[in-house]
Amino acid sequence: MANSDLTEAELEAAFQEKIDSEQKIEPKDWMPEGYRKNLIRQMSQHAHSEVIGMQPEGNWITRAPSLRRKAVLLAKVQDEAGHGLYLYSATETLGISRAEMIEALQTGAAKYASIFNYPTQTWGDMGAIGWLVDGAAICNQVSLQRTSYGPYARGMIRICKEESFHQRQGYQIMIELALGTPEQKQMAQDSLNRFYWPSLMMFGPHDSDSAHSAKSMKWKIKRETNDDLRQKFIDQTAPQIKFLGLEHPDKDLKWNAERGHHDSGEINWDEFYSVINGNGHCNRQRIQHHVKAHEEGAWVRAAMLAYKEKKKKQYQVD
Amino acid sequence: MTIEKLELFEVFIRSKRGLDHKHVGSLHAEDHEQALEYARDVYTRRSEGVSIWVIRSEDICASQEDDSESFFDPSDDKPYRHATYYPLPKEIDNM
Ligand SMILES: [Fe+2]
Ligand SMILES: [Fe+2]
Ligand SMILES: [Fe+2]
Repeated sequence: MANSDLTEAELEAAFQEKIDSEQKIEPKDWMPEGYRKNLIRQMSQHAHSEVIGMQPEGNWITRAPSLRRKAVLLAKVQDEAGHGLYLYSATETLGISRAEMIEALQTGAAKYASIFNYPTQTWGDMGAIGWLVDGAAICNQVSLQRTSYGPYARGMIRICKEESFHQRQGYQIMIELALGTPEQKQMAQDSLNRFYWPSLMMFGPHDSDSAHSAKSMKWKIKRETNDDLRQKFIDQTAPQIKFLGLEHPDKDLKWNAERGHHDSGEINWDEFYSVINGNGHCNRQRIQHHVKAHEEGAWVRAAMLAYKEKKKKQYQVD
Repeated sequence: MTIEKLELFEVFIRSKRGLDHKHVGSLHAEDHEQALEYARDVYTRRSEGVSIWVIRSEDICASQEDDSESFFDPSDDKPYRHATYYPLPKEIDNM
């Protein structure tokens, strides 16, 4: 029976049945408009985060303390550009164009991870970002390898393979600083203090306050809730902080043997919403920089188009 | 139309939802539609797939094996792109 013979409700039931039985949804399948919209929102936001995320680290490439460190940081930032590309392309399979997504980013209609609105003030921040920010992203992305939309899930598998080097190079920077001179150790502590809480915020609001969570879980776009993923990250990070010999930024952190998890202090949600709504240190700068780079690249796109036209004409003549 | 005049198509099959389409072979056909039907008849007789892609062979742009040195070599001297390049202290069991 062709799709057109079915009512919307029947189609939706068949769709949900696929999801419930752990089958992936592929681009040409019928899907509810809400599913498509929800995916476009989440995937484009993810793509924007990869791209905007290049700025805080790009800030230190020319000032890396050694040639080796410079090569490593360059390689990482290059990976993030690739992640942006994988994700934009996967999002395009849902019927939105790259130009529309970029427009939404630049006008503020679409968001990106708030963490990238924090400034990178010291070399230690390169350590903290790789270790904590990429670490939090990995927690989230490992979970998304099981997301219900095929192209997104496959993109996540590819990305996760590349991510683990990001986290480890960051942690290695932290180890070197933490075991170094007192000044270096202080730099590591300072970066940890500034990036720990914003990393926890990367998982989003508490489940009880999350606008998109329930639908996303039902459609298996998300596989684990914000709070569960955050808990995993808190548990993983605690021994890593301890090994560095640094002070844990959360004074209320305590192992809870009964739960088998750490209890932790409350996040400053006012800060979270304030940064999301545009009042972080670097919100304006990040978008301005993106617009500038985009505009400065216009001649490249124009040249490519002109070259294509020229070849087309040649082809017609031959 | 003689068989020699038919175009060559490449066939890709998705064996299961969620997996990538994989190249399985090629065939001759008059157009896309016919290529899809042939591909179904030839390549999925034992339920090998849930989805088929066909593409004109001449539309595929491929890198040349002979160029592979200059094409791929540069990544050999960048071991730092791999996680294993960064040893973990034994106190940290997973990362
Ligand atoms: Fe990434
Ligand atoms: Fe990411
Ligand atoms: Fe990364």
